[in-house]
Amino acid sequence: MTPAPLLSVRDLSVRFLLPGGRRVAAVSDASFDVAPGECLALIGESGCGKSVLASALLGLLPANARTAGHAHLGELDLLTAGERTLARTVRGRRIGLVPQSPAAHLTPVRTIRSHIEETVARLTGVRGRTARRKAGEQASSRAEFPLDHLDRHPHELSGGLAQRAATALALIGDAPLLLADEPTTGLDRDLVDRTVDELRRHVDDGHALLMITHDLAAAERIADRVAVMYAGRIVELSDAAPFFGSPGPRHPYSRGLLEALPERSFTPVPGLPPELGSLPEGCAFAPRCDRATDICRVLPYLENTVACHHPVPAPAGTSHATRTPEDTRA
Amino acid sequence: MLELRAVTAGYDRRAPVVRDAHLTVTPGEAVGLLGPSGCGKSTLARVAALLHRPDAGEVVLDGTPVRGFRHRAPREQRTAIGVVFQQPRLAADPRLRLADLIAEPLRATGRRASAADRVAELADTVGLTPDLLGRRPHEVSDGQLQRACLARALALKPRWLVCDEMTAMLDASTTAALVRAVEDYRASTGAGLLSVGHDRVLLNRWCDRTVPWEAVAAG
Repeated sequence: MTPAPLLSVRDLSVRFLLPGGRRVAAVSDASFDVAPGECLALIGESGCGKSVLASALLGLLPANARTAGHAHLGELDLLTAGERTLARTVRGRRIGLVPQSPAAHLTPVRTIRSHIEETVARLTGVRGRTARRKAGEQASSRAEFPLDHLDRHPHELSGGLAQRAATALALIGDAPLLLADEPTTGLDRDLVDRTVDELRRHVDDGHALLMITHDLAAAERIADRVAVMYAGRIVELSDAAPFFGSPGPRHPYSRGLLEALPERSFTPVPGLPPELGSLPEGCAFAPRCDRATDICRVLPYLENTVACHHPVPAPAGTSHATRTPEDTRA
Repeated sequence: MLELRAVTAGYDRRAPVVRDAHLTVTPGEAVGLLGPSGCGKSTLARVAALLHRPDAGEVVLDGTPVRGFRHRAPREQRTAIGVVFQQPRLAADPRLRLADLIAEPLRATGRRASAADRVAELADTVGLTPDLLGRRPHEVSDGQLQRACLARALALKPRWLVCDEMTAMLDASTTAALVRAVEDYRASTGAGLLSVGHDRVLLNRWCDRTVPWEAVAAG
């Protein structure tokens, strides 16, 4: 039985209004749930709108952004909540953010210890210098941040260590929902595994985790479910095991992404993702897709697990049972 | 040959981050240097790219010891090496359009006249569409900007390429596309490659041989 979702997003859209009346459709009609004790990995190429979605949930969009839809965290709709509510009760307390570029997230003129102890003081009941120091060191070790680097400034850390410092900060408030935006970018594989396992431990302790990543190996290691985003839309939403294992993803784009991995065929998806400011009519992936036909000029909606007119059928034990009438026309 | 001999380098002479590193890349060879975050591999890559003067040891480029680093490097040595860094945002002048970014090495070496044609050719090599060339870095994605940075590195047809975590910030598809662009370039020119990274699977798939950091530098 699935527990009631902690975060419930329905038809979330984000538009950026640009000078000259141009509109950029950064996120369109995204719907998904994340339950306590569950990790949903949101994956896709850079520039597909993943990080915008995260910013929308935290109320951190720039002023020229317009949102539509709902994002319920319990009773609270994150999209309509005021800045005061978000700043005082949500960020750090109900949603912990593991940011995308820790180098930009940390204050350059302060040491990591100073960051961590301030966060401990603000978000927890720990009082007193000694207790705070101890709590800060515990928080650091939770994210595997080496204690002998605590007195360093952000610029004195490697990318990996800066990421661990940011992860340590996100975990301090013990927020029920963790939002990790590319938490493993720039980390080496062993460290990715450890960071991801640490995040997974928090999921198993009952946290809900929305992890935004382009690191498919990290997603495979941690996720219960996977949402694939392409050109601002979720094109596939599936359980992780069949997605990464057998029968594999159903959307041609998801299949292309997995095949690009060096442990698979290492072949890129041909072409470039479309501009979010000038999306083609219909399926945005059609120009790069070898299964596309005329019908792809009509926008496919997410049905069952996939938004595609020509999904790869679940073979149900048979091999390569992929022929459909559309294929013969193509 | 691109040779690093007993290189010790860092930012404080009392505490070098690379000690006694030895590494040789033969012409046309692709060598992957594998090491964890913070081990000093990027510093060594900077030394190999003549962008950081080592405290001790020497770099020998095609038989000639390197006497000057950064702006003191002789032009024929400097332009023999193309470099791609980990973070395209930090490696691109935000004021330049992508076309100018790619053309910069050509202009700096007095090839302004042929720049336009060469930029078009390079953009095609790395899979950038013409409409992107008129944009500035903040108007493109990391993956698109890294493609431009690779095109810039290839502009002067270097005999050596140094890629420092070139794909660490990128998704799987862009990674595969950029690696293919590098390999196509190497296949057509016979350039050698030093690719520094922490992804064992990627380096094993990409390079002729992968050496672990421990085998290159002293602890």
